[in-house]
Amino acid sequence: MKLDAKIPSGPLAEKWTKHKFNVKLVNPANKRKYEIIVVGTGLAGASAAASLAELGYNVKAFCFQDSPRRAHSIAAQGGINAAKNYQNDGDSIFRLFYDTIKGGDYRSREANVYRLAEVSVDIIDQCVAQGVPFAREYGGLLANRSFGGAQVSRTFYARGQTGQQLLLGAYSALSRQVANGKVKLYPRTEMMDLVLVDGKARGIVTRNLITGAIESHSGHAVLLCTGGYGNVFFLSTNAMGSNVTAAWRAHKKGAFFSNPCYTQIHPTCIPVSGDHQSKLTLMSESLRNDGRVWVPKTIEMAEKLRKKQIKPQDIKDEDRDYYLETKYPSFGNLVPRDVASRNAKYVCDEGRGVNETGEAVYLDFRDAILRDGEDLVRSKYGNLFDMYQQITGENPYKTPMMIYPAVHYTMGGLWVDYNLMTTVPGLYALGEANFSDHGANRLGASALMQGLADGYFVIPYTVGDYLANLSNEKVPVDHPEFKKSENEVKERIQKLLSINGTKSVDYYHKKLGKIVWNYCGMARTADGLIKAKAMIKELKAEFWSNVKILGTGEELNQTLEKAHRVADFIELGELMMDDALNRNESCGGHFREEYQTPEGEALRDDENYAYVASWEYKGEGVEEVLHKEELVFENVKLTQRSYK
Amino acid sequence: MNLTLKIWRQQNHADKGGFRTYSITGISEDMSFLEMLDVLNEELTEKGEDPVHFDHDCREGICGTCSLFINGRPHGPKQTTTCQLHMRSFSDGDTITIEPWRAKSFPVLKDLMVDRGAFDRIIQAGGYVSVNTGGVPDANEIPIPKVIADEAFDAATCIACGACVAACKNASAMLFVSAKISQLALLPQGQVERRERAEKMIAQMDAEGFGACSNTGACSAECPKGIKQSNIARMNREYYAASVVTENV
Repeated sequence: MKLDAKIPSGPLAEKWTKHKFNVKLVNPANKRKYEIIVVGTGLAGASAAASLAELGYNVKAFCFQDSPRRAHSIAAQGGINAAKNYQNDGDSIFRLFYDTIKGGDYRSREANVYRLAEVSVDIIDQCVAQGVPFAREYGGLLANRSFGGAQVSRTFYARGQTGQQLLLGAYSALSRQVANGKVKLYPRTEMMDLVLVDGKARGIVTRNLITGAIESHSGHAVLLCTGGYGNVFFLSTNAMGSNVTAAWRAHKKGAFFSNPCYTQIHPTCIPVSGDHQSKLTLMSESLRNDGRVWVPKTIEMAEKLRKKQIKPQDIKDEDRDYYLETKYPSFGNLVPRDVASRNAKYVCDEGRGVNETGEAVYLDFRDAILRDGEDLVRSKYGNLFDMYQQITGENPYKTPMMIYPAVHYTMGGLWVDYNLMTTVPGLYALGEANFSDHGANRLGASALMQGLADGYFVIPYTVGDYLANLSNEKVPVDHPEFKKSENEVKERIQKLLSINGTKSVDYYHKKLGKIVWNYCGMARTADGLIKAKAMIKELKAEFWSNVKILGTGEELNQTLEKAHRVADFIELGELMMDDALNRNESCGGHFREEYQTPEGEALRDDENYAYVASWEYKGEGVEEVLHKEELVFENVKLTQRSYK
Repeated sequence: MNLTLKIWRQQNHADKGGFRTYSITGISEDMSFLEMLDVLNEELTEKGEDPVHFDHDCREGICGTCSLFINGRPHGPKQTTTCQLHMRSFSDGDTITIEPWRAKSFPVLKDLMVDRGAFDRIIQAGGYVSVNTGGVPDANEIPIPKVIADEAFDAATCIACGACVAACKNASAMLFVSAKISQLALLPQGQVERRERAEKMIAQMDAEGFGACSNTGACSAECPKGIKQSNIARMNREYYAASVVTENV
């Protein structure tokens, strides 16, 4: 199968405008005859569900949380980019586009990224109109800040809670459509399977998480807005419930999965403190605007710090290595995430890490407090400092924060064309669930932008183009394909419950996480990946013969919910190894030790790997098949990324 | 540390439920409260006993999913969410009592999990600005004084966890409802529907069976996000103003 991205012809800046004119429209009176299923109610899902309902479509929105407002978009801290150029510092749509392509290490699609930059300005307008309380200057206009990997101030923010405020905006729009009767909401409901009829996505099978009931829902199109798969690592900044299940089940029904090895390791997280840890907490990278990253110059001094014989505040400047500022003088502490993370790993691997585990570096606000005063620092980062203190018991106004990289975001996801449609007709993927806009590395404050761009401003146009050619006749839920799926789901539940082994679901999840982190984390090698794949295969066999799940399928059963998700993570883990092994280059978040420049930077191979690696599921136990979508760059010149 | 846990167990909504006592050993003070429950659940699973069900998701204090009533206080002894409560707030040998939110409008689903759907329905009644996607003015067209924007933001940080309801002897939801009414009443974008919004949201709040406010201030004192009680005063003003002007009645 040839992957056709359906990129409109013509100059880059005119593609979206032209496409919007060329897409087919559904007559307003006919829209109400179509039903659209939206899975996930984060930024992408809530904005899509609300916008489609406003247009007149009937929407069914599903989330596994108890309320759509709790989707994990809520935890995004730093901000949202938009090429408004309110600061008169030279920003433009083209610059945002260029920064995003470059930041993604030239592994994303030009046309999609340009469209993202183009609609970014509308997102801010929309959110303000909804009553999102962005930060403002004393003159009453919107405030901006610069953010990792950008040299202009284009990031809009709401203290350290931007994701919360944007999601509550989208949730309010969604709630309004629930009240209008255009959206039917299904909280605490998890998608278990995708249903295809005549090769088209025509519905889903779900499990009601309270009663355990397996139910079918029919629709004319299905939108997966189900987020990323970072929890494959067990420890990540994702919420405990974040999972790949919906995307993975769709993958098994024919949707190609692209670039699964592209994962983002965020440089500023609170370091791991022990084996009991269930998740990692991010400290917004906006902190890097004022915090300075350092470790001691010598291993001896680091050892003394680890043993708590000396305090970091007592170390003189000449004994400190501000390694990002030295190595990257023009970007300094604001280098993109992949670069910052990798360098933290290097200094810790050298033995200069600073906490008891040796896996931490300092993020120091001493100079910012001296320069601006504690009050100003508090007004910018107060909630983050409080959070840090609550978790670690240390006061970051007095002693430098300790940080270490952690899994944060996944750039890979379901393959989509320019219309956000997957390889399954009628099945769309939006937001983090798709692969399209961030290439091999995502820039800060771009995830919120993409989720809302897809939901508010892209899908309302492109879904119409598909529906206009589709009869509005409904597929009844007693159709044999629905019944078949329902039975498969029930059998799988029975199978899981009947294993009755000796180890818990978390036991397997932790084991999987360790394998993926050690062999497919910040640095990868061919040997390691081959070894890890074998280990995961073994783990899978063990899981399916020895996992212990108590209770029944006909009740609220959190262990069973987790078991489904972990089973899918195990399969995804295997594919990640294949993908990372296939990509014989380093780019963005994918760093293969065999491929680096003499300075230790990622060494791309544009000649052979400037493509999207898309994997096709071929059945249980069969190797997946690789399909390549060649990336064509007509508007940017591919260069070695440099932040020196 | 070693602890004794008295935990409310209830198979489902119809079940009567009751306390069960568990002892747990080897708890580190760096663990979060929920991680301590994870340890308990691993042990229960090993023994073949049904793990304790509790709501949780982001575990960083922002999604509002976690909801435990610990030693008689929502989210425990600190003014934070349960997921941000660490075991260093307790001492070796402590007995900790853990219950679900207690309010008629939040029916228990299982063990420590409750249904907070009432909050969603209150927002659906009017907690929004009625604008469709597209066709809105430029974001900088309407300047908003920083103090107003900041105050609206403070109200907007509510995470809808329900601690206010659990803390209140009347199971009143007024802090939650007033936070949203305040946010939108303060901002210029919320002016058009200001009065109608207050009336509709309060009507829904009453229909859900939440109690009235008797100004004890427990809600605000226990709110993990520090939502101020003055929002309730503003809500009452909004409601009163709505009842005396004729435009929406």
